[in-house]
Parts: sequence; C-alpha cells; structure tokens
Amino acid sequence: MEDISLHLLDLAQNSISAGASLVEIFIVEDTHKGQMIVTLRDNGHGMDESQVKRVTDPFFTTRNTRRVGLGIPLFQASAEATGGQMYIKSCKGRGTEIKAVFHTTHIDCLPLGRVDDTILSLILLNPEINFVYSHKKQDKHFLLDTRQIREVLGQVSIENPSVIEWIRKYLSDGLEEINGGV
Amino acid sequence: MKSLQELEQIKQKTLDSVSLRKDRAGGIRIVVGMGTCGIAAGARPVLMSFLEEVQKRNLRDVTITQTGCIGVCRLEPMVEVTRPGEEKVTYVKMTAEKAKRVISEHIVNGKIVNEYTIGAAE
Ligand SMILES: Nc1ncnc2c1ncn2[C@@H]1O[C@H](COP(=O)(O)OP(=O)(O)OP(=O)(O)O)[C@@H](O)[C@H]1O
Ligand SMILES: [Mg+2]
Repeated sequence: MEDISLHLLDLAQNSISAGASLVEIFIVEDTHKGQMIVTLRDNGHGMDESQVKRVTDPFFTTRNTRRVGLGIPLFQASAEATGGQMYIKSCKGRGTEIKAVFHTTHIDCLPLGRVDDTILSLILLNPEINFVYSHKKQDKHFLLDTRQIREVLGQVSIENPSVIEWIRKYLSDGLEEINGGV
Repeated sequence: MKSLQELEQIKQKTLDSVSLRKDRAGGIRIVVGMGTCGIAAGARPVLMSFLEEVQKRNLRDVTITQTGCIGVCRLEPMVEVTRPGEEKVTYVKMTAEKAKRVISEHIVNGKIVNEYTIGAAE
C-alpha cells in the first residue's frame, strides 16, 4: 500500500464483509512524540481467539477467490517497519478493533495520504453503513459521524449528490483546519 | 468551514425539489472492485474520478457501488459497467483518466471503450 489511508480503506472492507453496521476510524497524531496511532473498530461478527492468532499469518484467509489474506499482514508490516506495532482485539459476535502505532519520524513511515478520499469512498459505496471518523492532531480535533448527518437529513438520502458534495467539502475543510490551514 | 446548518439547507432544498430519491433499480451501474489488490493498484482514485464526473455532469441515473476481489489481481483496478438491458462490460487496469473516457463514451453516449475491456487485455 502506498499510504496509511489506503490501508484504512482496505481494513474497512473486512469490517464490511463482517457485516458491520458501524465502522469507526480514529487517528491520533502526536507530532511532538513523533507518533501516530490509528484505530479501526467495527461491530461486525468478529473473530474467535484462534482466528485472531492466525490473521497475522499471510496464509490465513476465509475468502475463497484467493488462498492468501493480505490486508492485515500488510498493515502490520507497515507499522512494524517504523518500529511500531499492530494489535487486534476481537470478540466473536461483537466486533473487532485493530490498532497500530506508527513512528512518524522513521524514514520508512508511510504518509497518511488522503483520509478524506477514503472516508468519502466508504460513505458513497456503503450508504447503509454508519461511519465515524475522528482525527486528533495536537489540540485540534475533527469529527465526522454519519449518524449525526442522517439525523439532520431526515428522509433525505445520504447518497444525494448535494449531500455527497457537502461531505466532500466538510472533510477537506476539516482536514485543512487540523493541518494548520485556514 | 462547512457547517451542519448548511446541510440543513441542502435538506430543505432537496425536499422542495421533485425527485426525492434517485431510482437505484433502473439506471446505469458502475461497480468498482475494492479488494486489497484493487485498492493497492489504485481503485480509489478511479472511484474518485467516476464520482467527480458523475457529479459534474449531473448524471442522476448512475449508481456507483463496490464489490470485493474479482479474482484477477494483475488486471486491477477493475470496474464493471452495466447499462439497463445490456450485458455487463468489464474494464481492467483502470486509471482516473480512463474513468473519464468511460464516462463520456460509454455512460453518456452508450459506446463501449473496447480497448480498456477485459477482452482486449486477455
Ligand atoms: N474486522 C474483521 N471482522 C471479522 N473478521 C475479520 C476482520 N478483519 C479480518 N477478518 C478475518 O481475517 C481474515 C484475514 O483478513 P485480511 O484482510 O488479512 O485478508 P482477506 O480480507 O481475507 O483478504 P485480502 O485482504 O487480501 O483481500 C479475513 O478473511 C477475515 O476472516
Ligand atoms: Mg482484507
């Protein structure tokens, strides 16, 4: 993967396959510590203990089009390449949480990339699923919660072109703001 | 910065206009492969390009959805386009630029871009 936002898009596909109705993405950047913590949490069908143990093994997958599962091992490798680590917590029937620590000053640390495009893609392609995106950087915080958006929209669909355009702008403005822009 | 108030206004405008909801069943479908290989090969910019064109041209009867791994990793990013009453067309090794051409030729004018199809690649 070229950047961390693409990893997130890929990991969210696992959540979607696991039947999640809510997928939450948390990013905490600590520029002083040179650390970034990325967490993805879902309420999908989860994994039992032995499954969790096996997912970091690239030959484990429950898909049938290809024998090898790549998503999680690739994410783990990207975190470990920076001297960081990945953790998985999962509970059968309840959900899964995948968390990774990246040392951002490490030369092999991937850029974060376009998280706004990742979130917009997820919302656009999965209008029936709720997404939360929380991004903290030092004392700044950006939050998008599709449940809140739906509440405002009432009977208007989140897929409505004007709504999608609003979300796109809301994301890019919000990210610009936490990255020290206007 | 965009506010929820603005979203409220969008809602009101939409409620005032005639078409409350687009008809998902009848229109043209664009399906983007979002498996790990697809994403790593560049599915997201392809999707963003389709979205941008659909929005810019105000194509109301087009629905963009996703599918998992289609199974031919070396041909990713893959996109399937289905026009109502026609057979599904599979485009391979897509890029943001190619997506624009698929929109203007296939989606808008109904002419398949043969050189991008899986048939031409195999
Ligand atoms: N959020 C999740 N909820 C439930 N099960 C999961 C979740 N994430 C991963 N898994 C399980 O772990 C397996 C391995 O995931 P991984 O992303 O590494 O590979 P994959 O999705 O099978 O294939 P690929 O990502 O290469 O397309 C999945 O097949 C699935 O069974
Ligand atoms: Mg996966």
